Amino acid sequence: MGNPQRAEPARATLEAMIHTLHHRGPDGYGFHVGDGVGLAHARLSIIDLAGGRQPIHNPARTVWTVFNGEIFNYVELRADLEARGHRFYTQSDTEVIVHLYDRYGDAFVDHLNGQFAIALWDQVRRRLVLARDRAGIRPLYYTQARGALWFASEVKALRAALPERSRLDPAGLVQAFSFWAPLDPDTVHAGVASLPPGHLLAIEDDGRQTLTQYWDWTFPDAADTAPARFAGVEAAAAELRERLVDAVRLQLRADVPVGAYLSGGLDSSGIVALIRSFTATPVRTFSVAFDEPEFDESAHQLAMVRHLGTEHTTLKIDRRRIGEAFPRLIRHTETPVLRTAAVPLMLLAGAVREAGYTVVLTGEGADEVFAGYDLFKEAKVRRFWARQPDSRWRPALLGRLYGYLEHSPVGNPAFAAAFFSQGREHLGRPVFAHLPRWTTSRRALTFLSPQLRAAAAERDPLALVESRLPAGIGRWSPLAQDQYVEAKTLLAGYLLSSQGDRVAMAASIEGRFPYLDHTLIEFANRLPPSYKIRGLTEKYLLRKALADLLPADIAQRTKQPYRAPDSSSFVVDGRPLDYVEALLEEANLRASGLFDADAVGRLYAKVRAGRATGFADNQAFVGIVSTLLLERELRGA
Amino acid sequence: MDHRQQVRQFVLKNFLFTDDANALADGDSLIGTGIVDSTGILELIGFLEETHGIRIAPEEMVPANFDSIDAISAFLARRLGA
Repeated sequence: MGNPQRAEPARATLEAMIHTLHHRGPDGYGFHVGDGVGLAHARLSIIDLAGGRQPIHNPARTVWTVFNGEIFNYVELRADLEARGHRFYTQSDTEVIVHLYDRYGDAFVDHLNGQFAIALWDQVRRRLVLARDRAGIRPLYYTQARGALWFASEVKALRAALPERSRLDPAGLVQAFSFWAPLDPDTVHAGVASLPPGHLLAIEDDGRQTLTQYWDWTFPDAADTAPARFAGVEAAAAELRERLVDAVRLQLRADVPVGAYLSGGLDSSGIVALIRSFTATPVRTFSVAFDEPEFDESAHQLAMVRHLGTEHTTLKIDRRRIGEAFPRLIRHTETPVLRTAAVPLMLLAGAVREAGYTVVLTGEGADEVFAGYDLFKEAKVRRFWARQPDSRWRPALLGRLYGYLEHSPVGNPAFAAAFFSQGREHLGRPVFAHLPRWTTSRRALTFLSPQLRAAAAERDPLALVESRLPAGIGRWSPLAQDQYVEAKTLLAGYLLSSQGDRVAMAASIEGRFPYLDHTLIEFANRLPPSYKIRGLTEKYLLRKALADLLPADIAQRTKQPYRAPDSSSFVVDGRPLDYVEALLEEANLRASGLFDADAVGRLYAKVRAGRATGFADNQAFVGIVSTLLLERELRGA
Repeated sequence: MDHRQQVRQFVLKNFLFTDDANALADGDSLIGTGIVDSTGILELIGFLEETHGIRIAPEEMVPANFDSIDAISAFLARRLGA
């Protein structure tokens, strides 16, 4: 909380705020109050266990910082700063922040390789600086109230001091039901902003605020990624391998043991195999398994465990556990979700903690950086087909996608052609690839109250997304445009948040994501699209870079997205879970004012009868239950 | 209730979650308007097979037979010989 013009906040207020974040830092609290600012920190000890307590200050005690996350390159930064005469009083990564600020001002952030949410108070210039990492791994929220700027890692800390902030913003809700999460800086909390990834916010002594973007997922113009300009795919794969080793080596830095998730796919298997390739340290791995074959990947996980010789824990999960743990999930995500897939990861983080681990490396980010999602391949086929709409064989390529689904949208070629020809009029727009997904998600808007639905109908969702895209995006390759939109919507808004930071931190676990090392992203973004998707083989270059480390069936395996049972988790053996029954009572629905009680009642009947099999129904139902849970939480009920 | 009404009711309740008959015209494209998505079409076919005790063959599964209430009614009329 920063208040440049007035007295600092009461210590008791800071204590009330930080206590709500105990799960993020159970190893002790630290405070700095004075001269117009109050900083509070909940510590999760990972580096410099004895001396790393925050807030940390510069030698003159005029610059103070609290931060959540890791600066992975702190060893190199510190050596460089010491060579320039800087003297340190801890061994922590935090301390490089204040020294870099002393030397470079706001450009300090350009030097950091890491995942971070930073607050820094410059007592001399009486200014506050907030900064968030490039990909959006660590959260940072802020709001203006009572003549001060308030900030925190989670909204619940803001609400502890500002009860008036406990209100849902309907516009944010419509975005969550459209794109799976509101687009930064929007949130579902009225008056609360999320600092966008790669941004820095400075609040000056006179109250002036400057929001600066210091990094973005930029791509070259399409003409500059012609394969002829490159030394060839073999050379690129060799360079990628070296860069992957560097990224993993950097992210293994910790003074506590580090574990890894093993999903059974290429990405996480690759991380563990890389660790094994340069260190003899035993690796502890963890995975989720399901009792339903459609979701379960344990055969692949166990094959990898045998190949790598890791000590492994499998957490087996069924529908009932997902449904029962769902309210706890929403207390942590503080935003509606359209799928239950974050629940198993929250429970897995608990298993990691029980095993005595604080840090896990995961494969998150590889699908965005190296183009692994079906959505990218689907868009490639849709564009290819749109160039010759009368072709009969071009749409047949769609039949090669989605083979893992029980109810495949391409099971029938004639219907696949009808579904995927939609949105062709938007062919030239950067949002083209995402239209089918958003159309499915937005069916959830059917269930909003007539007032909210009418308000939603007035806003063009595509224009909203496009208003936040960079000016030159139209010159990038189509794949680059798709990757950018994906990185700014699903990755930052949902995967790294509701399915990443929040569920790991629920168990005081820190996730680390080597594929999101920003130098690796910058390298990958410069490559020709054909190095990423070759024909309809996704992540081609990554497969090549990891081929000799992995069994052939893992290296060549087609991506299976991580999913969990959705609406069926809330109705077990034909009976809805008690809290679901209470939330969906007509009186409660009407009291919330958010939903059309009749429409929700019909969907609920369909779910109870086990007839809700489609994506749209499942997403809507999970979205409705999560919104009602969040609303109950905000009311303090 | 005739076939047309039966299908209308099913689409209204099951995909539009409403009783409002005005929400759907018989000629509206179910796919083009996003009322029925790729999994919805499987639900629709399941409903028709169950209700009428018929088996819809793969070659019959084309949008021309199922993309509107009109198209479905015409298909049923042919199949059931009504």
